[in-house]
Amino acid sequence: MEKKELLKVEGLKQYFPIKGGFFGRTVNHVKAVDDISFTVYEGETVSIVGESGCGKSTTGRAILRLEEPSDGKVYFEGTDLASLSKSEMRKHRKDLQIIFQDPYASINPRQAVSDVLNEAMEIQNVLPRKERRKRIIELLETVGLNGSQADRFPHEFSGGQRQRIGIARALSVNPKLIICDEAVSALDVSIQAQVLNLLDELQEEYGLTYLFISHDLGVVRHISDRVIVMYLGKIMEIGDKKSIFDNPKHPYTKALLSAIPVPDPDREREHIVLRGDVPSPIDPPTGCRFHTRCPFAQDKCRTDVPELKVHDGMREGHEAACHFVEEIESGQLKPNYMETASF
Amino acid sequence: MEETILDVRGLRTSFFTDEGEVKAVDGVSFSVPKGKTIGIVGESGSGKSITSLSILRLLAENGKVVDGEVLFKGENILDYSEKQMRGLRGNKISMIFQEPMTSLNPVFTVGQQISESLTTHQGMNKKQAMAKSVDLLKLVGIPSPEKRVTQYPYELSGGMRQRVMIAMALACNPEILVADEPTTALDVTIQAQILGLIKDLQNRLGMSVIFITHDLGVVAETCDYVAVMYAGQVVEYSDVRTLFRRPRHPYTIGLLKSLPRPDADQEKLVPIHGMVPSPFKMPTGCRFAPRCPAATDLCREKLPDLFDDGEGNQVRCWIYDEEWPGPKEVDVFGEERIAKG
Repeated sequence: MEKKELLKVEGLKQYFPIKGGFFGRTVNHVKAVDDISFTVYEGETVSIVGESGCGKSTTGRAILRLEEPSDGKVYFEGTDLASLSKSEMRKHRKDLQIIFQDPYASINPRQAVSDVLNEAMEIQNVLPRKERRKRIIELLETVGLNGSQADRFPHEFSGGQRQRIGIARALSVNPKLIICDEAVSALDVSIQAQVLNLLDELQEEYGLTYLFISHDLGVVRHISDRVIVMYLGKIMEIGDKKSIFDNPKHPYTKALLSAIPVPDPDREREHIVLRGDVPSPIDPPTGCRFHTRCPFAQDKCRTDVPELKVHDGMREGHEAACHFVEEIESGQLKPNYMETASF
Repeated sequence: MEETILDVRGLRTSFFTDEGEVKAVDGVSFSVPKGKTIGIVGESGSGKSITSLSILRLLAENGKVVDGEVLFKGENILDYSEKQMRGLRGNKISMIFQEPMTSLNPVFTVGQQISESLTTHQGMNKKQAMAKSVDLLKLVGIPSPEKRVTQYPYELSGGMRQRVMIAMALACNPEILVADEPTTALDVTIQAQILGLIKDLQNRLGMSVIFITHDLGVVAETCDYVAVMYAGQVVEYSDVRTLFRRPRHPYTIGLLKSLPRPDADQEKLVPIHGMVPSPFKMPTGCRFAPRCPAATDLCREKLPDLFDDGEGNQVRCWIYDEEWPGPKEVDVFGEERIAKG
């Protein structure tokens, strides 16, 4: 089956100015996202994973133009969203919805649930007024809430239920793509599983495409078809879920996966421990962004930015941005340091 | 037989609010063997943090331990005067918290803050305390400690701050370290550094650790024993291998089945239906009964005790009562079956 490109991001950059000095001039930039490109196909779930400050949330927001991207193109079904006027963009917002991490902060506490959903439909003009009430009840039931709860206020719901309201709001305008920005991160595991299953079912039923932004590798492994690993505003590795989890090639991906504690006490594991902290995105390292912590860093890594590409032993569509994938894999290149720990 | 350093028995802690009494911790017992790590795991509102705050008597003003004993080397520290408690906290029993920024004082240098417990508990003078602070920063793996000791918390990253917290906690060689979600606010690669550090220090200093967390992965890798809490009570207590290999309480089973695993592919997650009961309206019987697929009338009416299997593993579920009239096997969470006993 031919895969249809739904979203294509090209050379996306998001620089936030830092004001300072006596006249409040722009003294520098936070390079939150720095030249990234990827494609999302219709009906799939692509996750962006990475640690704080890697630019995963900024990417989601830039795609929706919640923050105007500094540079780059965002094609949605062939139209470059980044070049649209604000009013044209608003029409397209119907197709791209977002669910946020904190349902407490993203739903107006003074609106009843029905008003929250009605407002979304009103703005996008998706249904004649008379039919909306019925649709609201339907939506609430779709996300596992009770239709009779439509006139309640957000504070009357638990965290998990509020996240369901957030999902219902996103669904109310019949979107094609939903960006889930840490959508289940604030929920307890037993509730998180309910919401993850709901997202699964909705995808199947409505043919939705998800761009799933998360720091939780367990959740990412569960929900994704493909995974993008970001570090300091750059894509380090991209590939189908199996390649990323079973055959990671970038030293950062390997360290990231190795660092997760696994719920299996029978597996005695040595974890790779990276040195130091993530550097500041204001003045990111030259060359490969990861070289300051990378156990395999060479001189070339300090000067040349590695290209994201397929290396030997990688399947089509599995790409890593590292100069030395082959040398590391063959054991030719020895690590400069290797710290491990068992907990 | 392992030497027990801390024994918590029948702990009950309530908060008295305008809307009534909230029984945040309702009959929690566990013991901490010397040199071992015990995990207290549970979801929000399970009472895990309140348990640790009760042990150290750091509860908010409207909170009160209403019943139970906390025996530290055989002495009930709940009977201690506030002065005696101060001699214990930060000295014999130390604590680290989730948010290192809010637990460090922003207007004092790192060195001043570490020195405080040294001058208070160890009778050191300022100069000695500062020198010891540098040693401690070195111990927790902070590079160029001589420079860091004069810096303020805002000058440090999150991981560094947590290291400083650990240095402060270790200043007086505590016998017990209470770690309340110490890595929850940290990124995984930094979490790995901190967990490795805690383990390494424990091996070197021989202290016991009470590890409070919601993360089952962290529990599996760091703890020797685990108490699973739900709605203010311990529902299951066992050694870590038994807990993961053969979980017995339906809640523990449900928790493990709803966890998306980073180390394996799963077809489907099996969530626990419903949600945690309101602390104002606790069920009369088993607290988990409203969400439990195996619940019977007995479960809804009467709270089960902790049943001991004779090997120190305990579970608060009627299925494990000898008088349990039901079938030997009970359907819990779909196709999976749990065997009795």
